[in-house]
Amino acid sequence: MIEQIPVLLVVLPIVGGAIPLVASLVSERAGWPVATLTLVVQAGLAGLLAWTVSTSGTVSYAVGGFAAPYGIELVVDGLSGAVAVLVAVVSLGVLVYARQAGPHSGPFYGLYLLLVAGLTGMTVTGDVFNLYVFLEITGLAAYGLVASGRDASAAVAALKYLIIGTVGASLYLLGIGYLLAATGTLNMADLAEKLGSMAAYDSTLVLTGFGLMVGGLTVKVALFPLHTWQPDAYANAPDTVSAFISALVSTVSAYALARLLFSVFTVEFLAAVPTARWALVGLACVSIIAGSALAVSQDSVQRMLAYSSVSQFGLVVAGFAIATPLAVVGATVHLLGHAVMKGGLFAATGIIERKTGATTVNGYAGMGSRVPVSAFAFAVLSLAMVGVPPAVGFVGKWYIVLGAVNAENWPVVAVLLASTLLTLAYFARLVERLYFAEPTIHAEPDEAPVTDGSGQAVSFGMVAVVVVAAALAVALTAAVPELQRVLEETLPPLLNQ
Amino acid sequence: MFELLNSHYNYFAVMLLLGIGLYMLIESRNLVKKVIGMNIFQTGIFLFFITLAFRAGGNPPIIKDGGGPYVSPLPHVLILTAIVVGVSLTAVALALIIRIYAEYGTLDEDKLKQLYYD
Repeated sequence: MIEQIPVLLVVLPIVGGAIPLVASLVSERAGWPVATLTLVVQAGLAGLLAWTVSTSGTVSYAVGGFAAPYGIELVVDGLSGAVAVLVAVVSLGVLVYARQAGPHSGPFYGLYLLLVAGLTGMTVTGDVFNLYVFLEITGLAAYGLVASGRDASAAVAALKYLIIGTVGASLYLLGIGYLLAATGTLNMADLAEKLGSMAAYDSTLVLTGFGLMVGGLTVKVALFPLHTWQPDAYANAPDTVSAFISALVSTVSAYALARLLFSVFTVEFLAAVPTARWALVGLACVSIIAGSALAVSQDSVQRMLAYSSVSQFGLVVAGFAIATPLAVVGATVHLLGHAVMKGGLFAATGIIERKTGATTVNGYAGMGSRVPVSAFAFAVLSLAMVGVPPAVGFVGKWYIVLGAVNAENWPVVAVLLASTLLTLAYFARLVERLYFAEPTIHAEPDEAPVTDGSGQAVSFGMVAVVVVAAALAVALTAAVPELQRVLEETLPPLLNQ
Repeated sequence: MFELLNSHYNYFAVMLLLGIGLYMLIESRNLVKKVIGMNIFQTGIFLFFITLAFRAGGNPPIIKDGGGPYVSPLPHVLILTAIVVGVSLTAVALALIIRIYAEYGTLDEDKLKQLYYD
């Protein structure tokens, strides 16, 4: 039974996603209960899977009964188990938010579950081509969700996202072609063996493959020069969708990048080709600084949060590229923590906008007393993102910096430490406005916010989601030692050092 | 040079398609042309895979008497999948373009930017 779970995690949301499409022909409100039921089961299965992985090691499943190097293999180790749980839990949480806030149509929930299926597929797959297919499923669902906003500007943002995202995924596909030419295999574990023995690490084929695959994925992760789709997509999508995709889409792409680095190219490749490591670390550092600088200069809060993601993912990728055990654990912690924090922040901006009409940094002035609970959660999440000690944002950054110090990578240490100051620069400004500035918006929002029936703009569930995200941002710190143990047990390359 | 062109013409064709596609994606101001460029770019990648699978003197990978060396079926299967993905992406892109045209009445990127930021 246990070895069937990886495939169930992918099949379940696809099947569950088809039901709202059909059911919406009968009843418009059928989407939400079906999606909730599916994701509750999904979260239970993911939890069971992660627990199995943490107690008895890696779980793998041969799709269709074809053995590993020829067939598609689904593999779940500590890292993918943790990400699978994150995907299930966050999508369930955002669903609670969506009940009041989101588009209520059946197709919306169909796409939503399709996106969950794509993200979970990217997480559990052990095959580079299968990863491409799930990357595109994720992409297609995400483009559709972004376009589900009421304004046509959402369609423009979605088209931009589609074109840039497709180029990224296509580059990744081209990279697969190079690796296939070099080794004749697509299975990750098999590739890891054959790279370095069958094809030298510094052969042109392998290097080009690495460049194209990593380049393609960094488009999806939205590192600095390749991030241009992200702010438009996050700012124009409906609140539910921005919370969802900001929490998960880039996160799972960053996970895929880590999977590529550690399970396909392995740490030996990074050691054998220092240029590749430096290029990646350099890209990450540029991303940290440029993302923060752009975030500081934004007026719209949602765009600021989007640019903040560019910077935070620079931090995560830097951790992965440093590739010492501590740095990798730190990057993983920050990856998971960032998903919870950024999702919570976007959800909070949605609530604040509905209640007060404030969308800009100046508009947030004095709103601390108008929406006390959400504003407090927003402040806690902001400080967690900056890295104030008990929060999970601190632990992640601390481990990454320790890893960089261990690797004696001094320029990177400097950038990583500076990144905290830079994060403070844009979040502290916002928290200060929230609590210590004179309000600039006095009236209630002019037009009644979209309520879809119940006559209430913000439900208890929406606020609860934000508060739970804030609580998790602090409480997740307690789970870090366990995560570290699981990662060190199940990620083989980490043990080799 | 001419010999290289003669023996590797398929790779040159791939590079040409990739180049044309990417150039259209970046340079063209018309959104429909951008989508066409995206398709040309992807076609280049498809041909790259098909060309990888080729083997001089190989037969189609259908088992029959005498068989002999086969061309690799794997890239064909992969590309079949990738083509399906490409078609669905194009469909979504065109649907978005219809929506944009209905709302703004133009598909010119520069004009759209003006409308978009007003």
